[in-house]
Amino acid sequence: MTESLLKVENLRTHFRTDGGLVKAVDDVSFEVQQGETFALVGESGCGKSVTALSIMGLIPNPPGEIVSGKIELDGVDLTQLSFGEMRAIRGSKIAMIFQEPMTSLNPVLTIESQLSEALKIHTDLSKKAANDRALELINMVGIADARTRLKQYPHQLSGGQRQRVMIAMAMSCTPKLLIADEATTALDVTIQAQILDLMKDVTEQSGTALLIITHNLGIVARYANRVAVMYAGKLREVGEAVDMYTEPRHPYTVGLLRSVPRLDSEKGAPLAPIAGEIPDLTNLPGGCAFSPRCRWAVDRCFAENPLLEETSPGKKVACFEHASVGLNV
Amino acid sequence: MSSTPVGSVSATPILEVNQLKVYFPVKRGLIIQRTVGEVKAVDGVDLQIKHGETLGLVGESGSGKTTFGRAILRLNDATGGSIRYQGEDVLALRGRAMRKLRRKIGMVFQDPYGSLNPRMTVGNIVAEPMLVHKIFEQRSMIKDRVMELFDTVGLNRSMAKRYPHEFSGGQRQRIGIARALASGPQLLICDEPVSALDVSIQAQIISLFDRLKIEQNLTYLFIAHDLSVVRHVSDRVAVMYLGHVVEQGAADAIYRDPQHPYTKALLSAVPIPDPVVERRRERVVLKGDMPSPLNPPKGCVFNTRCPIAEERCFVEIPLPRTFSDGRQIACHKVVI
Repeated sequence: MTESLLKVENLRTHFRTDGGLVKAVDDVSFEVQQGETFALVGESGCGKSVTALSIMGLIPNPPGEIVSGKIELDGVDLTQLSFGEMRAIRGSKIAMIFQEPMTSLNPVLTIESQLSEALKIHTDLSKKAANDRALELINMVGIADARTRLKQYPHQLSGGQRQRVMIAMAMSCTPKLLIADEATTALDVTIQAQILDLMKDVTEQSGTALLIITHNLGIVARYANRVAVMYAGKLREVGEAVDMYTEPRHPYTVGLLRSVPRLDSEKGAPLAPIAGEIPDLTNLPGGCAFSPRCRWAVDRCFAENPLLEETSPGKKVACFEHASVGLNV
Repeated sequence: MSSTPVGSVSATPILEVNQLKVYFPVKRGLIIQRTVGEVKAVDGVDLQIKHGETLGLVGESGSGKTTFGRAILRLNDATGGSIRYQGEDVLALRGRAMRKLRRKIGMVFQDPYGSLNPRMTVGNIVAEPMLVHKIFEQRSMIKDRVMELFDTVGLNRSMAKRYPHEFSGGQRQRIGIARALASGPQLLICDEPVSALDVSIQAQIISLFDRLKIEQNLTYLFIAHDLSVVRHVSDRVAVMYLGHVVEQGAADAIYRDPQHPYTKALLSAVPIPDPVVERRRERVVLKGDMPSPLNPPKGCVFNTRCPIAEERCFVEIPLPRTFSDGRQIACHKVVI
């Protein structure tokens, strides 16, 4: 068994809003191993992005705050670091790619200056060496005509190319962990496939662990080693990717899998949508937050909140009824 | 062999589009504007939709699929070609006749946030088409019909007095569908109707479309970029790329055995939510981006990214040819 690189323990990130306290991340624990691809899956508002921002130390305070819990990277608890110490880690040990490549690049700086920025901050490379490395990086991410591109500005690049630049920037200091937060959601499918393959390749080459945050179950199926399913601020099921799809044990995972139309299914193959709506985080139902939408819910589920517990080796589920839950039940 | 009719698909087309062209002028200059070029958003598209069938129109952003849908309702002006709705020449209609046509064709938009007037109650939003088209004499009849539509799309009747911001994305899309149904259309043009929704809500809305089609005897033009969703709803599929339909035919055939190199790449790029199946699939990953529609390539529009392009593809525009199973394929290299 490889060593775990990232260890998130009982993380709680809360936001004070006019509508009340939002427990965006509420007692979340998981581990990412060295070099593995781990996927955090869930629908909008489930807390997956807030989890990523908590790891990056980018939670805006106020209104947000990491209330309790630990985030250990290589044994160092990131939540205890000062602003300056965290800055030294961001970009060098952990890097992140966001959904919108247009807004995450600076429109008035050339690609070259943005690419070499992290190198200037985190390494003692000379300006010349940093620029050489920038060229190397942009070649690595498969941008043709690299020398010209380096002198250009973000608006002169297509969406896919901008995301390639983001990957080059993120990989510039060979981080231990790369977080991709819906990094290909805004792209067309043919470009999405290019970018994901690229991300997988570059992280594999450098032994970087990849944390994919997505709502797309197809992407998870293709790339992830392990998966955590999140709903209303809590992890509901964690396990091996293959196992999650063949033997889901949480009713929400089952619901998601039965909700997605598949390319390889027959026309009109019945979908089994999850009834009801995603709950309002300021006003969560009592007990298990999924209980009002759950087919398996028993009395206990409306009163008590199930904890994430190991049900079989490598598999954790937060459901009282997990033994009777399954795809064909 | 042509496409297999499903349910009550009749042989006569409800919509017949021939050589449709929609060009947008590109203007330069701040005060004195001059046209410096044109974007050929839709460039010679032939499509037919039979009564009772669902035609899925797929393509990536910039392929022209939305412009095509809008042109049918004359929300974008056609530059050339013809559109016939139940035999009537749509492009020749004026004034009252055009309004009458809009009664028969409903439209559901992508953005459930932007397509509902925030200052109207949702009841009034659904009632508006009936007022505009003067469908009922008495207001009380409109109210009854609104309530009925609320039931149809699965909204609680008591919600009619509320405003759009009080609803979730999925509920808003239900409101949009109720509005589209209000004038009693036969054809529904759905432009990315579920792409803004979460997976679990998406499935609810798709199931609603499935049910409405049978209950209301509707015909759909379903425009979407999500090929898995299109697979679920469509009898026939047309694949667009840079203003052209590159392949069209029975959905079963196209999904099972795509012929056009773009269709092949597009289908293989969509990951299947099943690791066992997905990790065994052979994939064609395309290189590069779609060229700008301002400056499309000469010859076949797909030639810049095509893995099998030859000399001819850079010179001659491939015309659609009929494949053995009735499909139309616009590619020089596909053996018919």
